Amino acid sequence: MNESTEFLHPMDQFLRQERIPHIWCSGCGLGTALNAFLRAIIKSKINQNKLSVVSGIGCTGRVGGYIKMDSFHTTHGRAIPFATGLKLANPDLKVVVFSGDGDLISIGGNHFIHAARRNIDMTVICVNNFTYGMTGGQGAATTPLHARTTTTPYGNYEFPFNLAYLAAGSGAVYVSRWTVLQVQPLERSISRALDKKGFSFVEIISPCPTLYGRMNRLSTGLDFLKYYQANTVVKHDVNLKDAEIGLDGEIITGNFIDIERPTLEELQKQEVTGPLAQKKAEEKTVVEERQKIEQE
Amino acid sequence: MIEKSTAVLTGQHFMSGDIACAEGAIAAGCRFFAGYPITPATEIAERMAERLPSLGGTFLQMEDEIASMSAILGASWAGVRSMTATSGPGFSLMMENLGLGIMMETPCVVVNVQRAGPSTGLPTLVGQGDMMQARWGSHGSYEIIALCPSSPQEMFELTIKAFNLSEQFRLPVLLMADEVIGHMTEKVIIPEPAELKIYQRRQTTLPPEKYRPYHPEEDLVPQMVNAGAGYHIHITGLTHDEKGYPVISAEAQQVLVQRLIDKIRRNRDKIIMFEEYYMEDAEIVVCAYGISARTAIWPIRQARQDGIKVGLLKLITVWPFPEEKIRNLAARVKALIVPELNAGQIVLEVERCAGGKARVISIPHLGGATHDPREVLRVIKEII
Repeated sequence: MNESTEFLHPMDQFLRQERIPHIWCSGCGLGTALNAFLRAIIKSKINQNKLSVVSGIGCTGRVGGYIKMDSFHTTHGRAIPFATGLKLANPDLKVVVFSGDGDLISIGGNHFIHAARRNIDMTVICVNNFTYGMTGGQGAATTPLHARTTTTPYGNYEFPFNLAYLAAGSGAVYVSRWTVLQVQPLERSISRALDKKGFSFVEIISPCPTLYGRMNRLSTGLDFLKYYQANTVVKHDVNLKDAEIGLDGEIITGNFIDIERPTLEELQKQEVTGPLAQKKAEEKTVVEERQKIEQE
Repeated sequence: MIEKSTAVLTGQHFMSGDIACAEGAIAAGCRFFAGYPITPATEIAERMAERLPSLGGTFLQMEDEIASMSAILGASWAGVRSMTATSGPGFSLMMENLGLGIMMETPCVVVNVQRAGPSTGLPTLVGQGDMMQARWGSHGSYEIIALCPSSPQEMFELTIKAFNLSEQFRLPVLLMADEVIGHMTEKVIIPEPAELKIYQRRQTTLPPEKYRPYHPEEDLVPQMVNAGAGYHIHITGLTHDEKGYPVISAEAQQVLVQRLIDKIRRNRDKIIMFEEYYMEDAEIVVCAYGISARTAIWPIRQARQDGIKVGLLKLITVWPFPEEKIRNLAARVKALIVPELNAGQIVLEVERCAGGKARVISIPHLGGATHDPREVLRVIKEII
């Protein structure tokens, strides 16, 4: 960077310049997803020095390598438990898990539901492109029924997860879904998720023209965006059960869930040192004294 | 009665090995424990659940051992000493992120209170069948540190030692206990806090612009920074350069992985510990670790009464293996006997180091019970 304060891009302050260009294909939605995330950091006034981004394996997992903040690129599916340790050991950190659908929901599915259940104070951003990109376009737990991938050459015959429904059912306090075409609501939604205390989940529907798209008649990024434009509807109050994503048809987006529930840290504090704990300690003393008297 | 806010329980205790392990961890400054219930290591988790919250620490029961291992790595990068404890089936699940800990050079301690396998095996009964898994269980080439306690007192002391080694050499250190030692209850002496030697984290003194997360110091170990310190570190399980950035090449692999191996190999003298009993004039040596080292004491004393010159080499550090010690012994003794509660694992190392210079005799036992000491005595007598 030269001495002028001019940036090549408004988000350059957050990027590791020496790591650019990135590895993502043209037409991929990850650049837009990352852009929305960085803008949300500014909007939510997050201290860059206290922010840790944790990711797993896959195309989305590479996000951490491009951003100028503490970032941990962990094993496949294990970003959430790693982030759990990071957050609980130092509650002053703002912890964001940024990873893909294969990583977070297939191999990491168990960790995902348990972190939501515990209501760990973290934001999970899941870029859902319905496939395994890094390994060449295999079927995933999110691949729509009938879609073709390299491991579903006859068409997918497994029901996919509806991620928003899964997150809500597992206990997330904030759940939203936006496509990469809806950049402004997406940015606002990530910002809201970052502000939220507890387990917040943002699903970003994103194109993979190179692999998933090519096998399903959406061979360029533009094809995807046109498809999103024609088929995306915003329904904040949809019954999430009905927000499944098929091979064609509408993609329901919106800020679905925004509720309050105490976090694991808050509940732990209550049980260990709060009024509840004091009451229990008093009861215990009474019991012990009674036993003592009986013994005497 | 335990004073809840006291970290180091100075004094004499009647304590099981598992509890002593938990107390050793707390004395070493461990304030984060993530685990999953499993016999015969559950008591460690239960003790930590009781003790850590009142010391300002965190106990977390995870959804499985994969998550437990991941969580302690995360906690360590937040700057908190962390530990997990498990047994065979859980140890298998931890292998994935043990490798991540090696690659990211993350200090932490993993306790394996061994039971007999394979698979679910004998959940409540002793085994020592995970010794080679400890060495080779995660994929790829690496070196590891593994310590074997053979008493509750050593469970306390070696847990502290494990934390110190993990901070000094920046890797997960394995405490390879066994069911008998974990459940054995006997006297444990906990010293004054001031008497404990605690190795502090190798925090960098460099400013962020000069700091490179994987630039090694003279002993090949790099200095560390914690998350949230403003250094904007990137830490990855991919092969990486000194900056921590991924580099997918044979050259980067050679530089990084060779250093990960050499930082243990070249420092082995600082790591390897063993104890010797009746060894001055020994012509036969029983080489054992964990509960098997204790089983060997009675037969050695019996044989001595019969005038047989037999001694005990008790391995405390099993990995890195004390190669030089075995080489030197093999040059001067008749035979090395290795009783262990598996089909013969550490005996392979003893054979390798003995290089044919002394007889090496395995006394395998598939677990579920300790060796019958008379069996060890019989083998000693047969050599004469």
